[in-house]
Amino acid sequence: MDDIPPYPPIDPTTFDLIVIGTGLPESIIAAAASTASKSVLHLDPNPFYGSHFSSLPLADLPSFLSSHSTSPSPPHSPSSDDPNEFSLLEFATRPLYSSIDISTFSPNLLDQHSRKFNLDVAGPRVLFCADKSIELLLRTGTNQYMEFKSVDATFVGDNKGNLWSVPDSRAAIFKDKSLGLVEKNKLMRFFKLVQGHLAGEQDVKISEEDLQSPFVDFLNKMGLPPKIKSFILYAIAMADYDQEDTGVCRDLLKTKDGIDQLALYNASIGRFQNASGAFLYPIYGQGELSQAFCRRAAVKGCLYVLRMPVTALLVDKDTGCYKGVRLASGQDIFSQKLILDPTFKVTLPLGSSPPLPLKEKLPFFSLKDDKGKIARGICITKTSLKPDISNFLVVYPPRSLFPEQVTSIRLLQIASNLAVCLPGMFVLYISALCNDDDQGKKLIHAVMNTLLTVPLDSESNAAVQSETAEIGSAVQDETSESSSGGPSDSGEEKPTLLWSALYSQELTLGQVDFICSTPMPDGKLNYNDLIDTTFKIFQEIYPEEEFFPETSLENPEVDGDASPET
Amino acid sequence: MHGRPRKAPKPEDEAASSAKAQKLRALQTQFFTFHHNKIYTKEAVELSAKLLEINPESYTAWNYRKLAVEHYLNLPDCNPDSIKSVLDDELRVVENALRQNFKSYGAWHHRKWVLSKGHSSIDNELRLLDKFQKADSRNFHAWNYRRYVAESMKRSEQDELKYAEDMIYTNFSNYSAWHNRSVLLSALFEKKAGGFLLKEKVLPEEYEFIHQAIFTDPDDQSGWFYHLWLLDQTVTTDSPLLASSWPGHGSDVLLVGDRCYNGSAFSPFSALHSDSGSFPIVLYFNQPVGGVNSSTVTVECGFNKNEDLFWKPLSASNSQTARVWVAHLKVPSSDLHSTVEVSVGHSKGIISTRGFVYSHPSMFSFKVHVQPMERDSSQVSVAENISLREENFKVYGTQSEESIIDSFDQLIIKNGHETTASNWRFEALAKEIECFRELLSLVDCKIGKLTLARLLKAYDAMSYPFANKLVHSEEVLELYSDLMKLDPTHYQFYKDEHSIVLLQKVTSSKESLLQHCFQYKDSASSAICDPICLRLNNLSLSRMGAFEKLLWVQMLDLSHNELQSIEGLEAMQLLSCLSLRNNKLRSLTALEPLRKLKSLRILDISYNQIGDQSIDTTRYVCSSPLSHSVGSELNRDETVTSDVALINNWEAFFIFKDFNLNQLDIVGNTIADEKFKSVLVKIMPKLKQLDGKLLD
Repeated sequence: MDDIPPYPPIDPTTFDLIVIGTGLPESIIAAAASTASKSVLHLDPNPFYGSHFSSLPLADLPSFLSSHSTSPSPPHSPSSDDPNEFSLLEFATRPLYSSIDISTFSPNLLDQHSRKFNLDVAGPRVLFCADKSIELLLRTGTNQYMEFKSVDATFVGDNKGNLWSVPDSRAAIFKDKSLGLVEKNKLMRFFKLVQGHLAGEQDVKISEEDLQSPFVDFLNKMGLPPKIKSFILYAIAMADYDQEDTGVCRDLLKTKDGIDQLALYNASIGRFQNASGAFLYPIYGQGELSQAFCRRAAVKGCLYVLRMPVTALLVDKDTGCYKGVRLASGQDIFSQKLILDPTFKVTLPLGSSPPLPLKEKLPFFSLKDDKGKIARGICITKTSLKPDISNFLVVYPPRSLFPEQVTSIRLLQIASNLAVCLPGMFVLYISALCNDDDQGKKLIHAVMNTLLTVPLDSESNAAVQSETAEIGSAVQDETSESSSGGPSDSGEEKPTLLWSALYSQELTLGQVDFICSTPMPDGKLNYNDLIDTTFKIFQEIYPEEEFFPETSLENPEVDGDASPET
Repeated sequence: MHGRPRKAPKPEDEAASSAKAQKLRALQTQFFTFHHNKIYTKEAVELSAKLLEINPESYTAWNYRKLAVEHYLNLPDCNPDSIKSVLDDELRVVENALRQNFKSYGAWHHRKWVLSKGHSSIDNELRLLDKFQKADSRNFHAWNYRRYVAESMKRSEQDELKYAEDMIYTNFSNYSAWHNRSVLLSALFEKKAGGFLLKEKVLPEEYEFIHQAIFTDPDDQSGWFYHLWLLDQTVTTDSPLLASSWPGHGSDVLLVGDRCYNGSAFSPFSALHSDSGSFPIVLYFNQPVGGVNSSTVTVECGFNKNEDLFWKPLSASNSQTARVWVAHLKVPSSDLHSTVEVSVGHSKGIISTRGFVYSHPSMFSFKVHVQPMERDSSQVSVAENISLREENFKVYGTQSEESIIDSFDQLIIKNGHETTASNWRFEALAKEIECFRELLSLVDCKIGKLTLARLLKAYDAMSYPFANKLVHSEEVLELYSDLMKLDPTHYQFYKDEHSIVLLQKVTSSKESLLQHCFQYKDSASSAICDPICLRLNNLSLSRMGAFEKLLWVQMLDLSHNELQSIEGLEAMQLLSCLSLRNNKLRSLTALEPLRKLKSLRILDISYNQIGDQSIDTTRYVCSSPLSHSVGSELNRDETVTSDVALINNWEAFFIFKDFNLNQLDIVGNTIADEKFKSVLVKIMPKLKQLDGKLLD
């Protein structure tokens, strides 16, 4: 990015909206604004779509992460030949990732095939079959640019390496081997209670008092055993923090919210005929989602320019009003509104505070919650964590791996049938909320140590090791089959780690005062919160416009397309 | 498809449907022309296909196509290729029709018919079925057809079992899949395939499996149905068994000319007054059997030839199978002390209705003592004036308890050979009982209570002859009482079950039975020895039961109950005096079991509801032979056809004409007016007393 190739000038030079960054929220806004007949210029300094929501080739991921891990490059000094009517405010990027740790145990194998990998920067991430992202895809017809497959199951893990399937439906409860009869009965009755409540049946209405009380208290009141409580809280309602320790819990779930989560999960199961689980994953990775919305925007006339950094913000010298941006190519482009990728920040001229008119007149949106960090890990293996099943989610509830674990850790295994890795390989995405990098590393390592064999000597004879491990696992399989046969997976050989990338991602950057800035990837499993925020931003900049009006439907018959191909 | 609310048709739908009807009518008219003129041209056959595609329910069209196929197959230039193409056409038509309505009986039947021709590949059928069964996994037509296909393909039961299991895992609310599982397992049990498919191995696993469904969703009925099948498989012994007999093994039968017998040396349970020169031998099996005759049952005694014995089934229907069989053994009128040996099933031939052979030969013997008649006219008249009034009963004395203990044990045949074989059954039932107690501690569930009651009852019944006590009867009675309150819709069913359990409890031990045994002692009577009357009055019984323990009863008081039916009472062949006073009998046909009681002399049916309803509903509920045989018998009997009064009361005629009553009380029934009484006197010329009035 240091050598900016010569670009032909962009024509026209004035737009209704300029969007910088092609992350999912930016892409959705670009598509929504284009649909609302706004002229939109969508820029991205990167040569690919998706920004921090992208899926990258194996070799590109480390460099992308590190390019966003350091403080901004030396600021361009304001050019002297500025047009007189504008002030220039320099752009800089804020570091988003820290504590990046890449380990390669099989260099030859992976380097040759780097492009065969599509690794999600913001994983683990899935779409619930009935969540807002699916609704948005269907409503906008964007689903025609994508294909999905089902994530077939959810498991809860323990510190012994066992993976317990989550009885998340009537059929799954019936089939489950780990629950006792009484537990099955209690769980199903709870599900029925929730269903009855949601269906508005009078005799099973959950009281308002209960709805406002903590969900965990309600589960206790229903007499659910700890095991089931943990299934519901962390593997179905996807709570992040330990709900039973109010000292550390930052997201204490109310019964109302818990029930909404159950409703979402329940509506997701069986929504699409060939999706057996509650979740979908896009073929070629999550980055496809941003790209699909960009295509959607392009169809509506949005102009795309990749590999185009922006250097400065142009504001009116007198009024302080936003006017446009200066591109790395030197061209100035003007627009009424501006949307920025969250990593951009604007440096104010030295010694001056932002002119008051700026604060008052520019579109304004800010993210204030300090949510700490999220630790992410990407691991590549040659064997599945669980035989016979390749795409699944594993949840490690708080305290399930070690006593100080206060957040749940989620792991998503995606196989090569989703075109994210070499055939026969598996990508594991792991994430956990944390306060600092060390805590985050500890959480990710705890999962890796439980489930994976990490070769001691990286780089050198890793290839040989993985070969012997394969043979070893074959032998192990035979013996374990003949001997135990219990539900425990611990008897089997753990998959050997081939490659891993561990990093922490900031969940908040400093307050963005007067620029409309999109949210960064959050710590959730799906995109619901991000879509909500995106919707709010859109409303902020275009309060008079409808967010993808129904009449814009080009392709209303869509459920077939949205369902995964088999 | 299930669970889809019906919508009111919109005007445009109605228009469409009337247009369709018009089109259909036109097609049909044309079709009938072809059909009646036996025209089987290509055009005509295609027309029928069009008709069937719109309306797969048209049986005539299916039959026409069958005729057309036969017509083609008989053409002289017919070759294997053309046959195949004709039949493939048929399969295609059926498939299209099924797409229109895949619950069409005619279409499925036609497909079977085509396949039975043997020219079509059966392999395609499973693929087709998979498609249909995916669309509606509970469609019983598809499951039915699947069984046919699986059989034709010789697909193994294990493979089909796996398929049914997969369907159950997809959605366990699937009666058809559970039912298919039971069919397949039954077939495997019968084959005893591989030796490992024994009931004792499979059933516990099946219980385990169905628990998953029942506990997950106790409100879903399909699981309960399968459980009921499992329970039946557990409690029913394949081979029928002799449950009890009269006379009992080792008993002494005293036959006397009148109701006095010789002191306390003989138990009143086995002393018998006989004026017909014969006494009955009653065999009571644990399930209905057929094939009881003088070659399968041999009776060895000094005074009667086995071959002369005629075994008769006693059942409500006229079938040749029954739980109870009776034969009458003639005795000489002289003094006699003889031993009788009865051997049952030493030669094969007794077969249960399920097709299992009686395979546990058993033998019982008893002694017969005959005392010649000593007629005393005064005593006879007293004996014939029996009134079952409270003051005439006294608690059966303890002085003769010893003899009763012996005779009580003789009432039941102990089948020792069943004990070891049944251990797994006990274990299975005990486990189920524990399991459903747990379920009921979690949820209040009617079907759960009923199941627990059934389990406890089955457990008691299985352990009874050995444990000598029905340990759970109190709990079962409570469950049924509870159910009567919880589920008023099925009140009568629970009430009936409650009655039967109560009777089993009463008859389960000599102590409890003795509490209901009274000595009848008319103050006016000068008899030396008083008869024993079993009093089961005021128990609010709605049904009679426990007959296997009551074969000895000669006097029975069932007054002040709620009996609507006395089904099964025909087993009590020794009954000579019966009170059904103050019950809820609603019709004369309800008395039908009494026709088979040849010794019955005194009957009290006063204060019932006979004649309350002009329409006799029992006739539709019960499979009474009367409803079928009446017409022909009536015509044959000329004495009746000549009498208008009798024709108008033919029900009374057929019930009472076989009776040999001396004494009848019928007052307090709507039907019992003076006119009716005069008819009764005409039907029963031997009747001496009606409603307490001596007749001339």
